Amino acid sequence: MEFFERFAVPHPSPAIYASMVAIVVVSLAIVVGLTYFKKWGYLWREWLTTVDHKKIGIMYLISAILMLFRGGADAIMMRAQLSMPENQLLDAQHYNEIFTTHGVVMIIFMAMPFIFAFMNIVVPLQIGARDVAFPRLNAISFWLFFFGAMLFNISFVVGGSPDAGWTSYFPLAGTEFSESVGTNYYMIAIQISGIGSLMTGINMITTILKMRAPGMSLMKMPMFTWATFMACVIIIFAFPVLTIALLMGTTDRLFATNFFTSTNGGMDMLWANFFWVWGHPEVYILILPAFGLYSEIISTFSGRNLYGYKSMVGSMVIISLLSFLVWTHHFFTMGQGALTNSIFSISTMAIAVPTGVKIFNWLLTMWKGKIRFTVPMLYSVGFIPLFTIGGVTGVMLAMSAADYQYHNTMFLVAHFHNTIIPGVVFAMLAGLHYYWPKMFGFMLNERIGKWAFWFLSIGFVLAFFPMYITGLDGQARRMYTYSEATGFGPLNFVAFIGAGLMTIAFCIIVYNILYSIKNSPRNVGDDPWNARTLEWATHNPVPEYNFARTPHVASSEALWDVKKNGHELFKGDIEKIHMPNNSGVPFIMGVIFFIAGFSFVFALWVPAVIALIGIFACMVLRSFEKDDGRYISVEEIKATESTYGGANS
Amino acid sequence: MKELFPAKQVGGYIFSLVLTIIALLVYFLDFTFPIAMSILLVTAFVQATVQLVLFMHAGETEDGKAIYTNVLYGIIIAVVTIIGSLLILIWDM
Ligand code: HEM
Ligand SMILES: [Cu+2]
Repeated sequence: MEFFERFAVPHPSPAIYASMVAIVVVSLAIVVGLTYFKKWGYLWREWLTTVDHKKIGIMYLISAILMLFRGGADAIMMRAQLSMPENQLLDAQHYNEIFTTHGVVMIIFMAMPFIFAFMNIVVPLQIGARDVAFPRLNAISFWLFFFGAMLFNISFVVGGSPDAGWTSYFPLAGTEFSESVGTNYYMIAIQISGIGSLMTGINMITTILKMRAPGMSLMKMPMFTWATFMACVIIIFAFPVLTIALLMGTTDRLFATNFFTSTNGGMDMLWANFFWVWGHPEVYILILPAFGLYSEIISTFSGRNLYGYKSMVGSMVIISLLSFLVWTHHFFTMGQGALTNSIFSISTMAIAVPTGVKIFNWLLTMWKGKIRFTVPMLYSVGFIPLFTIGGVTGVMLAMSAADYQYHNTMFLVAHFHNTIIPGVVFAMLAGLHYYWPKMFGFMLNERIGKWAFWFLSIGFVLAFFPMYITGLDGQARRMYTYSEATGFGPLNFVAFIGAGLMTIAFCIIVYNILYSIKNSPRNVGDDPWNARTLEWATHNPVPEYNFARTPHVASSEALWDVKKNGHELFKGDIEKIHMPNNSGVPFIMGVIFFIAGFSFVFALWVPAVIALIGIFACMVLRSFEKDDGRYISVEEIKATESTYGGANS
Repeated sequence: MKELFPAKQVGGYIFSLVLTIIALLVYFLDFTFPIAMSILLVTAFVQATVQLVLFMHAGETEDGKAIYTNVLYGIIIAVVTIIGSLLILIWDM
């Protein structure tokens, strides 16, 4: 019995017990459903073992949407708690756990897989490749992310959630002040999925540098590919810092080392420093792919080529460098001197310049364009003014002297939601609607999509703009309640209504997906948006080999060249195509990582060591495995092509 | 005969042994802390360069330029991060 006590939740509530029941019921339902409909084999063959970049992308997408709802549930609980002064819906401990998991889930397990989804689905198609450079590694990346996310998500029913904030500052996150296993979950779950992210970074860079179609020089790559490239450069330089910081934090918690303790020669501030050395580049890892998607969408629906291609690329290169030079702005108040703060104030403000260049380029793309207000375009047009407000408040925060007033208030919370929601989330939703026909061969309903857009935008403004005001009035972040005398009540109630509208918006989006699965016509053709870039030059949904014949590209707008200048994209005969084989090892490795992670969280050393040996065994096996891939024959390709109506066979 | 003898590699091997011996001296001789650390830092970086260029063949293939750009970018970011951290946590705290 004593052994099992450690798995109990230290601070339970009826809601947590209800979730336990719900989790068990849903898992059982899934198992029973799969067995009843005899889908286990299908699941294993088509999804769990796949190395196809498109399917991996779709799995990222589904996970991201699920995590959006998990994080969204946290969010609406926080807003409900704050909607009235002295509210008793949540107690302080639950509130702490909820804002911590909300932040981690949204950044690491929602936004990251969302961008990986589009990188996976779009980049190989945009550069005319058959797959990514290392398909098997790609599958491992996904399963590490997935099992990292699962590990993090069971924390609230097994052993207790982390409660030290998504930034997990020491000494609060040390064993002295965070006794439960919650923060172990934080350290290890993020570690596992972080390794996956790092591998994706390497994979995408190699793909982009090595596998572009003939004729596609670097400066002829579509903008989303450029954005992915620069984001991955940031990933491979920023994530190792997180890896090491998490490792040091883990050993502090599990083996009583003293890296971040405030005694015995440790330095708690070093954690904050490392965290933001990764953390600031991380926000640009998220926003650059979003910028890439906006570039594609705005140019398509303005009916014009992207204004200032070179300055778009240049500004991303500058952003990727500058993003490493500003991290101190997250802790201007930590106690370092005016010299340091001034240096980092200036470098921070400098980032606004290349960002501004991009905004003007989008505006000039739309200028004199024939704009079509489809759902993806609505999100992109909404993004520009809303995101700009986030950028402006960012520059306000960047003034270190003024930041003493803003820091850790709701003003800051408003700022980063103002950049992340219209910046990243809008982009992901825009991309979702834009690339939906690419993935599934039918469109999402436009009318329902527009309803969702308006609910989301209005909800966003109502939810977050009031926080600028209450923040300036002194409402601190991460406080679970406030007194009536502060006067924060009414504006927080408005914010609650906004959060409610946003929840409705996300439900509408899911409804739209279900509705469109049932009702949308299936024959959308290859180019439903009248698009410009190479990914639209193949069929919808994309056949597993992507392009029957290798495309020959002359500009960044390969398809537009075909449509307007009679460019010949596909030359020569169809030849047999070499494809990688599926493999179950990535999934199995993910499971073993999960077991290892769980054992580390609870300091169960025997299973931990066994699992680590298992991981190495998988890697050794892989080095001795002979796998030359397989070929798709010419007849098979021709048969597949003819099912699409022979559009460009 | 001359083409067959890997002069560069053998030279590099001897050179990296010499670097190792210099680094070892720090243990056997009595240097002050700053001098000892400087010797270790310099020999470590030279050693890493030798390994990268001679034995890992950076720059010998067509993507040599990409590799060197990458290494340079990494060094710049590492140096900035370290100097910045020292500035924040020690020099200006
Ligand atoms: C014009 C560009 C931007 C500037 C000048 C800027 C500036 C700042 C500053 C100075 C802070 C720290 C404030 C404080 O803690 O008191 C901050 C926080 C933050 N920013 Fe920005 N920012 C910019 C763009 C972005 C973008 C594009 C994103 C995300 C996509 C973002 C996400 C965040 C996040 C997540 C935090 C706070 C995290 C936390 O403390 O929990 N920012 N920003
Ligand atoms: Cu930042």
